[in-house]
Amino acid sequence: MAALTDLTIAEARDGLAKKEFSSRELTEAHIEAVEAARDLNAFILETPERALADSEASDARRAKGEAGAFEGIPVAIKDLFCTEGVATTAASHILNGFVPPYESTVTANLRGHGAVMLGKTNLDEFAMGSSNETSFYGPVKNPWRRKGDNRPLVPGGSSGGSAAAVSARLCLAATGTDTGGSIRQPASFCGIVGMKPTYGRCSRWGTVAFASSLDQAGPMTRSVRDAAIMLGAMAGFDPKDSTSADRPLPDFEAVLGQGIAGMKIGIPKEYRIEGADPEILALWDQGIKWLENAGAEAIEVSLPRTKYALPAYYIIAPAEASSNLSRYDGMRYGLRVEGDNPADTYEKTRGAGFGAEVRRRIMIGAYVLSAGYYDAYYIKAQKVRKLIADEFSAAFATVDAILTPTAPTAAFAHGEKSGDLIAMYLNDVLTVPASLAGLPAISVPAGLSSEGLPLGLHLITNAFDEETLFRAAETLELAAKFTARPGDLTA
Amino acid sequence: MSVDKSTVVRIAQLARIRVPEEELDGLAEELSNILGWVEQLNEVDTDGIAPMTSVTEGMVLRTRKDEVTDGDCREAVLSNAPETRDGFFVVPKVIE
Repeated sequence: MAALTDLTIAEARDGLAKKEFSSRELTEAHIEAVEAARDLNAFILETPERALADSEASDARRAKGEAGAFEGIPVAIKDLFCTEGVATTAASHILNGFVPPYESTVTANLRGHGAVMLGKTNLDEFAMGSSNETSFYGPVKNPWRRKGDNRPLVPGGSSGGSAAAVSARLCLAATGTDTGGSIRQPASFCGIVGMKPTYGRCSRWGTVAFASSLDQAGPMTRSVRDAAIMLGAMAGFDPKDSTSADRPLPDFEAVLGQGIAGMKIGIPKEYRIEGADPEILALWDQGIKWLENAGAEAIEVSLPRTKYALPAYYIIAPAEASSNLSRYDGMRYGLRVEGDNPADTYEKTRGAGFGAEVRRRIMIGAYVLSAGYYDAYYIKAQKVRKLIADEFSAAFATVDAILTPTAPTAAFAHGEKSGDLIAMYLNDVLTVPASLAGLPAISVPAGLSSEGLPLGLHLITNAFDEETLFRAAETLELAAKFTARPGDLTA
Repeated sequence: MSVDKSTVVRIAQLARIRVPEEELDGLAEELSNILGWVEQLNEVDTDGIAPMTSVTEGMVLRTRKDEVTDGDCREAVLSNAPETRDGFFVVPKVIE
């Protein structure tokens, strides 16, 4: 039998059901792996005692015949989800000492289905970043290295700790959140599956807010089947989130194995962006062939305003962030730096509590929402957003799914892009359009670059059509046969 | 759009973030770069387009009965406060 840390969720579920091992044994193996890989800095907080207690409770439920759909599976939780009684930081100094007295709906759902929590994973501060370098708790190392080059690389972001932990076999899966690509881009950089559901599928309640019209939680796993299983355990209607979708939750796993014969796959020519890595474009062409070989028909589609998605995003997301993050005032929780008067206390607290990228985005947001600029920037961006969403709707009148690369490059070294803000923002150029339109999308590991780094392919489907998304993703996965894994981490 | 130092000071005040004097020039340049870059949106003809205010278009915002569903949890609410006294948050003096 494979090492317990090498199992997929589906395999672990079967092994647990057949009593080949207990959740306690499965959890202990992962706790050891987490401790051995601290150099990655993937976790802000390890919760081994909690994990052991969770696993024992899970084994007890199973013994009584009360096993849930996600029973006994050890997972890591992005430290953006509030976890009752367990410190939650959003990787920001301003939440210093914050211990939520409540549990986010997504983590409560996972717990309700039997999940075991190994700890809270590192991320870009308030999920603002594409390299995990903006965390107050330090950057995360990607478990992968370039061939013949031992320099550490970024895991992508913002869910970089989750991606690194799943890739390095520190957990069977992890939660992520995706505002403009924060699940999919790190999944591509770390060689794992990362899935962003339709906006409204997963409740936002209890997840630290970045940009509320874009934020969506999703699974980060080592197989498409695992993503389908985990999404089922995370998602569902929640009256506590006013934008939660009140519609039935399909059995996502049940659609796997159906293939994609007869499906129409859209290939948007505008995603062939300037400056994209030729290796990635070649992989994209390969992906088209894989889907055609599986009986799908590839059709060129046009999404003409694609290039405007990223600038629109960098107005809308900071605007929402500046509003959401106004709650951090040092009065009721988190950091407080005393000043001479209330305004002085606010300014000192927020000056000391927010890092450089968060500060920049709040200020951009405050600016584009300020009197005299609101129409020129914010309303303009919302109109462009509408046009982008309409273009997707038009495309989905003729195709079932859209295939693109996930990111314009493979993982890069720490510091390599931090000097150029726009270059850093361009990481999300291929993932942001689907975010603006609220559509489900997934990154599937599809190949290795000539430097030996993982590259992902990206599928998008119509709103609430995760079933087609999983079917197409499974087809890619079967054709790509991505079995490479990061090198020996203890070296 | 070029943002000068005095504009950065004004935005920082709006955002209630203290920015050290020596960081103002750098921020002015960064914000100018970002705002200059997003201005490419002006190339897009948006005449007659309604701004997208909700991703879940067509979904009616739910309402619920106006009744108490929560409460009686003062200790939990106060548990993270930097300073409390007698079951209240302690905040800086607002009225001189």
